[in-house]
Amino acid sequence: MNASPAIRLQDVEKSFGSIRIIQGANLEVRDGERHAIIGPNGAGKSTLFNLISGHLAPTSGRIELRDRDITGMAPYKINRLGLSRSFQITTLFHRMSVVENIRCALYYPMGYRYSFWRLCPRLKDVHERADEVLERLELTRRRDVMAGMLSYAEQRALEIGLTVAGGADVILLDEPTAGMSHSETARAVELIRMLSENKTLVMVEHDMSVVFELADRVSVLLYGEVIATGTPNEIKANRRVQEAYLGVEVA
Amino acid sequence: MIPGNRFLPLMLVAATIVILALLPHLFNSRYALTLLNQLGIGIVFALSYNMLLGQSGLLSFGHAVYFGLGGFTALHALNAITDGDLPLPVPLLPIVGGLMGLAVGIILGWVSTRRSGTIFAMISLGFAELVAASSNIMRGYFGGEEGISGDRMSGPVLFNLSMGPQRDVYYVIAAWMVISALLMYLITQTPLGRMANAVRDNPLRVAFVGYNPQTVRFLMFAISGFFAGIAGSLFAINFEIITAQAVGIEYSANVLMMAYIGGTGYFLGPVLGAIIYTALSIVLSAYTEAWMFYLGVFFIIVVLYAPNGVSGVLAVHEPVLRARLMHRLLPAYGLALVTAATLLAGAVVVIESSYHLSQPGALTATMNLAGIEFDADGWRPWAFGLGALALGALLLRETIHRVGHAWADVRHHLTGDAAT
Repeated sequence: MNASPAIRLQDVEKSFGSIRIIQGANLEVRDGERHAIIGPNGAGKSTLFNLISGHLAPTSGRIELRDRDITGMAPYKINRLGLSRSFQITTLFHRMSVVENIRCALYYPMGYRYSFWRLCPRLKDVHERADEVLERLELTRRRDVMAGMLSYAEQRALEIGLTVAGGADVILLDEPTAGMSHSETARAVELIRMLSENKTLVMVEHDMSVVFELADRVSVLLYGEVIATGTPNEIKANRRVQEAYLGVEVA
Repeated sequence: MIPGNRFLPLMLVAATIVILALLPHLFNSRYALTLLNQLGIGIVFALSYNMLLGQSGLLSFGHAVYFGLGGFTALHALNAITDGDLPLPVPLLPIVGGLMGLAVGIILGWVSTRRSGTIFAMISLGFAELVAASSNIMRGYFGGEEGISGDRMSGPVLFNLSMGPQRDVYYVIAAWMVISALLMYLITQTPLGRMANAVRDNPLRVAFVGYNPQTVRFLMFAISGFFAGIAGSLFAINFEIITAQAVGIEYSANVLMMAYIGGTGYFLGPVLGAIIYTALSIVLSAYTEAWMFYLGVFFIIVVLYAPNGVSGVLAVHEPVLRARLMHRLLPAYGLALVTAATLLAGAVVVIESSYHLSQPGALTATMNLAGIEFDADGWRPWAFGLGALALGALLLRETIHRVGHAWADVRHHLTGDAAT
């Protein structure tokens, strides 16, 4: 593993008009770790994800991906550097089949880019990779169904599949288990554990059992600031965190 | 997969070519050839438009710009051929017009495809107005009121086509139509084509699978301009004249209606739409001066009740046909046909009578409809028309009820089959 951090945020600020959503966030995500970001509603967790993935540009500060400055870079460029993300609200290609959804996440990374002279049905390598991904997602049975017709849990699985299919080694998952039942959550946790092997994972999660089960380290975001980072046990023991956040949940 | 599946598309193409080759022998009147030629032009134009609307989710109000400019360029090139300045066979003119469409598509697309949705639609309208306005200024290129005309019987002869008789023109249009349709279909099967669908469905996600959505839209836009330019060139060859109308908003609206009526969700939808729209406008305009009114009403009905177009309506029946359940729908559809005929008869009499009376040139109220002569200001046509409409309205309630029931029944059977 690499010694330099996968992601580093330095004094990142983001304002919408006069409202400061992120105020000087500092964060280091180590290479190969599973890192959870927790915090109460409105703490700016999704905004932080949007900043790291390039969906939003920070007002000030610096964001690095493996020592490379990606501050304000377009999302597709950041993606090509090996960072991929999922969305809190399911973001699929709903009028395409499940397998075609996955293929869409493979064309660029597998080198086909904007080609309009190669025929997709002949791209054997893409087909094989897509079927492998579906196998791991346990969606093989549903491969030819329109993505919009899948059940909610299946859509969430496909959402994760689209995120990891391209082979990015830094994965950002935004509330991957939101709205799921207990058994669905348990399956999703297993899926995430499997798919994030040998990768760096950053996830926003509300479900504390998921966080403590999956995460190597946890960062707590409060009013747009990272107030603590540590192992799950350190975070549980942290006074400030208890007062600010966990206290409400644990009590 | 069915093994025969691989050859099915090839067989379809072969069958299409055979039919296209035979058509002018089956229908060899001048009227039929005129109709067929316009159908071919409309099909290429509508397919090129659907690269934007159906495949990339871009609603353009100015697609005639690329059609028209392609056509003008083709006619200027034709005149250069006639003058001996350009040694190009006339049947290859669409390459010139297509390149013009591509060039303009690259320039205007560079600006307009930075955005999608309403902003893209507004920019397309703005460019359409811009080009239409410049046709008044650049008279050398657009030829003012008279437009630009040419003589297609010039230059080197290709495949023994003198380009004099309409049948020669037909073969040129048919060949270009097959080549263009095939290429446009193949593009839907490429990574770019698939990502265009992805941009249509979810531009946000596209950016996170490595693609710049703007680049995808831009490339599709430029290619679509190329094929629109080919369609415009075929128009120029067919009519040997082109006026500023060809870049105007009316042509842009026509192609939108063609694509929408046929349905933008299937590749062949716009083909169907172009056939229906062109045939209706040619046939209707031969019978009534109010033909645009009927087309407009038809368009509104499709938008309201069949938003996936005619191809969408047909596609809904595919599983029914496959399960051999069509007979359960037919009685209700029979009633629907009677209802439609009744409503149509009533509407036609009322519309034609009103139209006749409103015409300033109508000296007498006497008019002729389907061989029957009557007075438009008498009570008879109105009693018949309004009566038929009222009867149709009553039938319509029953029809909706019966069709709904028949479909519920069929759906029940379809899901029942799937479960067993």
